[in-house]
Amino acid sequence: MTPAGLRYGAPLAVGFALLAAWQAAVMAYDVPSYLVPSPLAVLATLQRDWGLLSRSLAFTLAVTLSALLLATLIGVATAFLFVQSRVIEASLFPYAVLLQVTPIVAVAPLIIIWVRDTRVALVICATIVALFPVVSNTTLGLRSVDPALLELFRLYRAGRWQTLVRLRVPTALPYFFAGLRVSAGLALIGAVVAEFVAGTGGTVSGLAYQILISGLQLNIPRLFAALFLIAATGIVLSLLTALAARLALRRWHESELT
Amino acid sequence: MIAIDLAGADKVFANGVRALQPLTLRVAGGEFATIVGPSGCGKSTLLRLVAGLTTPSEGRVRLWPDAPAPDEGRRRLAFVFQSATLLAWADVEKNVRLPFDLGRSSARDGGVERVRRALALVGLEDFRHAYPRELSGGMQMRASIARALATEPSLLLMDEPFAALDEITRMRLDRELAELWARERLTILFVTHSIFEAVFLSTRVLVMSPRPGRIVGEVAIDEPHPRADAFRMSAAFADCCARLSAMLASVMAEATESASS
Repeated sequence: MTPAGLRYGAPLAVGFALLAAWQAAVMAYDVPSYLVPSPLAVLATLQRDWGLLSRSLAFTLAVTLSALLLATLIGVATAFLFVQSRVIEASLFPYAVLLQVTPIVAVAPLIIIWVRDTRVALVICATIVALFPVVSNTTLGLRSVDPALLELFRLYRAGRWQTLVRLRVPTALPYFFAGLRVSAGLALIGAVVAEFVAGTGGTVSGLAYQILISGLQLNIPRLFAALFLIAATGIVLSLLTALAARLALRRWHESELT
Repeated sequence: MIAIDLAGADKVFANGVRALQPLTLRVAGGEFATIVGPSGCGKSTLLRLVAGLTTPSEGRVRLWPDAPAPDEGRRRLAFVFQSATLLAWADVEKNVRLPFDLGRSSARDGGVERVRRALALVGLEDFRHAYPRELSGGMQMRASIARALATEPSLLLMDEPFAALDEITRMRLDRELAELWARERLTILFVTHSIFEAVFLSTRVLVMSPRPGRIVGEVAIDEPHPRADAFRMSAAFADCCARLSAMLASVMAEATESASS
């Protein structure tokens, strides 16, 4: 089997087999759809409720992507700040950790109270969750420069800016992309968790709200459909960040050699 | 013309460890001078002093002291490290161009011609678009040497450049380097712990003691250049190696004695 076939074919086959087994089990034991709906029933719901679900998907996606973008910008800027001096890093890094270890469900109610626009509040929550991997990985990367290369740059009298752009940034790229991939997943988790806490996405509601309401109404097929959309979003995000890393690093970095 | 003038230069690190005893060393323009010594004797520190990567604790380091613009001397210096120190994300040509891209070497065409010439000198023209990881260790080192040569340095400092390579590759690169030196009229200060390599390459070999390093003696290698592999088999070669070995052995014995007493 070709590497690409193995990479995409094998997990797809496993997924398909699991879905088939699920469908067969539901049919064989006649499980009621308000307990466990069959995959086909979920698919039918997805089709029937697509108008509602697609709006929720768009909302959750918008919150997730905004948060990921913000986390990337703030995270990279923070990392640049950290590598400027050990004093800055030592003073601020513990607070980045604090932000990371404080459960978002504990902080989200406050943010939702403080920020009038629920959508903005959700983006803030998701950004907080997604921030840390970008900060820590990019900082590590910017610091992981080969000392001999730093000496070489000194010999050629490279300025601070040249050393940053031509040496530190390229060195940090693989670390940054590893962080980005983790952050992409966290941004989605943050967006969903925060919406659960908020209980509503404001005028438009996201997928978490659909799950919440479907659960209360015992509309389990729709709950599954929303769940499926969240999982699919996560997978697509993960694939996209992996693709970005591949495009940026494929010619030179060990992680992207096949 | 004097290329390197060290007057009583020494180095004591911030943690109090003395790396070098006060050294007085003069290397004339056009020399191929090599320093041999045991590991950790301060050879690399000496090279870094000359390169200006570290400053002497006492004494003075001057390059081309008689030149009309002495500052120019440091500008026209190139350093080849123990590892190839190539940028992994740039192809060979871009790596060799680096000194020009950093804007510290003025060439009218931005270095295009010099880069091409340097790649030809080390035989990497056909690999100019290859990335470092696609090259063997020996080819990576050649790219590193090409980067140093592209700036047309008047002084080339080399810190055990071939130490990580296999014996056969090392011998070939030694031969190429000796040819290059003779053809390009370079001044080279070379550091190695291989006596054979030192004798094969150099016009003069200096022996350093274990840390804190000092220069305990030197042997002039008067064999004409360019030297072929046959030189390695000659009586003169064996004689030089024997003298250097004896010097190193006695200084090592001294060090062991003073350590045990």
